[in-house]
Amino acid sequence: MSSKKFMFVNRKAPYGTVYALESLEVVLISAAFDQDVSLAFIDDGVYQITNGQDTTGIGQKNFSKAYKALGDYDISKLYVEKESLAERGLTQDDLMDLVWEDEDDDWAEKSSIILVSREEMAAVMAEQEVTLSF
Amino acid sequence: MAMLHIVNKSPFEKVTFDSCLGHASAGDSILMIEDAAVGAIDGTAFADKLKAAMADKSIYVLAGDLTARGLSEDRIIDGIKTVDYAGFVDLTADNETTQSWL
Amino acid sequence: MKYTVMINEGPYQHQSSDTALQFVRAALEKGHEIFRVFFYHDGVNNGTRLSVPPADDRLLQKEWSELGIKHGLDLVICIAAAQRRGLMDESEAKRQGLDADNIIEGFRISGLGQLIEGGIQSDRTIVFGD
Repeated sequence: MSSKKFMFVNRKAPYGTVYALESLEVVLISAAFDQDVSLAFIDDGVYQITNGQDTTGIGQKNFSKAYKALGDYDISKLYVEKESLAERGLTQDDLMDLVWEDEDDDWAEKSSIILVSREEMAAVMAEQEVTLSF
Repeated sequence: MAMLHIVNKSPFEKVTFDSCLGHASAGDSILMIEDAAVGAIDGTAFADKLKAAMADKSIYVLAGDLTARGLSEDRIIDGIKTVDYAGFVDLTADNETTQSWL
Repeated sequence: MKYTVMINEGPYQHQSSDTALQFVRAALEKGHEIFRVFFYHDGVNNGTRLSVPPADDRLLQKEWSELGIKHGLDLVICIAAAQRRGLMDESEAKRQGLDADNIIEGFRISGLGQLIEGGIQSDRTIVFGD
């Protein structure tokens, strides 16, 4: 099968609605199809990858650790928008340390998080062939 | 590659429409459907933002969604084009890609 | 042109199923091919046959079902989303040891890979949701 540029756009916070969890399920399945996959975290989507999530108070499963597995599935392009973080009083220090191992560089551990400006995010979006929004 | 952005949220209730405007590139098209149709009306608190976007983007509104909400086509901002569902399909075909702003 | 359409909301709660239905009808009228319609999130509820709206309201599930049968559309309900929300076909209900199924004719239940495959195979992928 041919390879296409897929982008999964995440704009919603986790737990309040099911979109973040079920979006992640699609992303994990997409890994089996050898496509060129990117994730975008904009607006409230940045809350999906904050560190220190603790769901014991709300009776839901904490699925944030599953984002750490993305690197193992060769999904290593997580575009996070600087403006969305700043608007919410967040910095990259508030995000999970999400990494992948580069087999072309002696399995060096590299960050999957690519901080981009809104303008750069727009340019990345413009390159995509299939955009699935959640 | 020109992209069709489909937005379906009222700009008066959610930031989705603003986010769409902030990420659409020059030469792209934006189609307002469902609740977003109310954003097409002139003289609103949102109208100037949309007019600014019209400098380098084409803006469309799904006519059925406009009239369903009691808004007649003569109240929309000059330069916004109305389309029916067939026109919606044409927009998705004429642009290489689409992005829905949910 | 070949399309995959994704529907993420249930009928009645949100307009997305209505909009998608009109879109698919218009696309078919124009001679486009609908490769697949994929129902995800609460969108799986578009596939129940147990919906009984008031007589003067539309019955969206039936409209999808009839359109699908008439045009041979591939209407796919995501199995993971369906299991969460109680959408079952006969074999899945049996496999889960449940006493009933509720999927309407013309739909089938399958995996999320069907969505990705749709995106790969189609010229355009259009998402309808909230």
